[in-house]
Amino acid sequence: MERYYQKEVECASREEMVALQNERLVAQVKHVWENVPYYRKKMEEKGLTPADIKGIEDLHKLPFLTKDDLRDAYPYGLLGMPLKDCVRIQSTSGTTGKRVVAFYTQHDVDLWEDCCARAIVAAGGTNEDVCQVAYGYGLFTGGPGLNGGSHKVGCLTLPMSSGNTDRQLQFMTDLGATIICCTPSYAEYLAESIHERGLRDQIKLKAGIFGAEAWSEEMRHDIEEKLGIKAYDIYGLTETSGPGVAFECNEQTGMHINEDHFIAEIIDPDTLEVLPEGSQGELVFTSITKEGFPLLRYRTKDITILSREKCSCGRTLVKMKKPMGRSDDMLIVKGVNVFPSQIEAVLLENGYPANYQIVVDRVNHSDTIEVLVEMTPEIFSDSLGKITEMEKNLVSALKAMLGIYAKVRLVDPKTIARSEGKAVRVIDKRKI
Amino acid sequence: MAINQITVFLENKAGALLNVTKLLSENKVDLRAINIAETTDYGLLRLITADNAAAEKVLKEENLIFTETPVLAVAIDDKPGALSNVLEILAKENIDVHYMYSIFGHQNGYAYMIMQLGETDKATALLKANSVVIAEPRDLQIG
Repeated sequence: MERYYQKEVECASREEMVALQNERLVAQVKHVWENVPYYRKKMEEKGLTPADIKGIEDLHKLPFLTKDDLRDAYPYGLLGMPLKDCVRIQSTSGTTGKRVVAFYTQHDVDLWEDCCARAIVAAGGTNEDVCQVAYGYGLFTGGPGLNGGSHKVGCLTLPMSSGNTDRQLQFMTDLGATIICCTPSYAEYLAESIHERGLRDQIKLKAGIFGAEAWSEEMRHDIEEKLGIKAYDIYGLTETSGPGVAFECNEQTGMHINEDHFIAEIIDPDTLEVLPEGSQGELVFTSITKEGFPLLRYRTKDITILSREKCSCGRTLVKMKKPMGRSDDMLIVKGVNVFPSQIEAVLLENGYPANYQIVVDRVNHSDTIEVLVEMTPEIFSDSLGKITEMEKNLVSALKAMLGIYAKVRLVDPKTIARSEGKAVRVIDKRKI
Repeated sequence: MAINQITVFLENKAGALLNVTKLLSENKVDLRAINIAETTDYGLLRLITADNAAAEKVLKEENLIFTETPVLAVAIDDKPGALSNVLEILAKENIDVHYMYSIFGHQNGYAYMIMQLGETDKATALLKANSVVIAEPRDLQIG
């Protein structure tokens, strides 16, 4: 039987959810107007006052916030509460070069941990479980978020943080971890290490909660098979809280958004128009319960689709598709949009490991793209002919997927850095 | 009898080959023959060693990718036409030579060629029937 952490919200009727969102949105707009001069100014520029926002049908009137706003307002410009009421900061990994600092009151931390607890319960977690949290702890939200959620569920929590694979595997086997939380690329690495050391029989894992990176369905199947677990996706961003903004259930057909805390919209990133349900576009979030860092209409740059189709798990929370990748991750090579997740899918389909790196460069005014892949014992052979044939097939498959030629380069094993926080998948030399 | 050759994947970068030869020498693994097949990005380093077990242990520790392939060490009389003679025997029976390279120095009065022939057993029988000498591992101080 399906279990829920907060059934009354997770399975609420649409009417109940809309009523809750209306009430919370109106209160949040008032809170922001009164406490965040930066956003108040933006509203004033549009001739808006809190009285213009009577419910979610008025959401589209509000101005957007972007990462540029966060940078302009750094560090305190978007703070919604006096610092004496804040208890925590978290910060982004700065992969796009712009560090974001988000503030949390105790109330914010509590609600965030509830969101993570919902994700753990949806993955089958109970107080009987041993939950190994191998996301980084510290400024990165992954570790603290899942750690808090795991406590709330009552799991025995192993606060491993990332890295130190020997120690991870020792605790995993000695203490019988049943749930592992980490980035999908680290899960893949752990799976490889377990395989290499012949530890498969000694692990008790049943579920994994993997997020903070774009990953493909193929990678999910690969991890599930190697570890003998069910792999659940989790989504979040520091700007709104961290992991747990959305989470996957057993159906594995998208992630349920915790819409009692975050209202999701899909917009056309060019015209900024709100798109109807089922359209693909940029995901925008409005935090309706956060006090410390209350962002309204924050543009995530993630490209996805929302769906309200009935879910077999019983949750009524709207579902988002696994993002194609952040539009930050999207590369434009020779005028063609390329997502690292597309390349990953091709690699896995062709029997290559998911550990790869994409190098984009400009040679003689023309873009080049090179995919570095590690050689593995499975694809290696004594025959140069066989290896080059495999390379040729991979190049053709990439061309079919991307529409452009990508060079493939086979490199020594274990030379592409394994991620402990986020993998560095792309090196764009055009920007250096 | 076939000899097991070790083939190692090496990315083309300065020092990659040195790294392997150094590791092997530090672990007292003697090399009997060495050959490289290369592309622009990587090479296949083919080794005949005196002690495969020791060599593979070192390679594994270094996280290098390698595989074992059976090859023949075919004795060639040290005179003009001797190699052609052997190749002719193989060609007549349609046995492909995938690649070959020579072994260091002359031993027992012969030059030895390492040959990868695909059909190792058939080739062994054929060459022996034609009085071509195939080295046993001990002839090359292997094992």
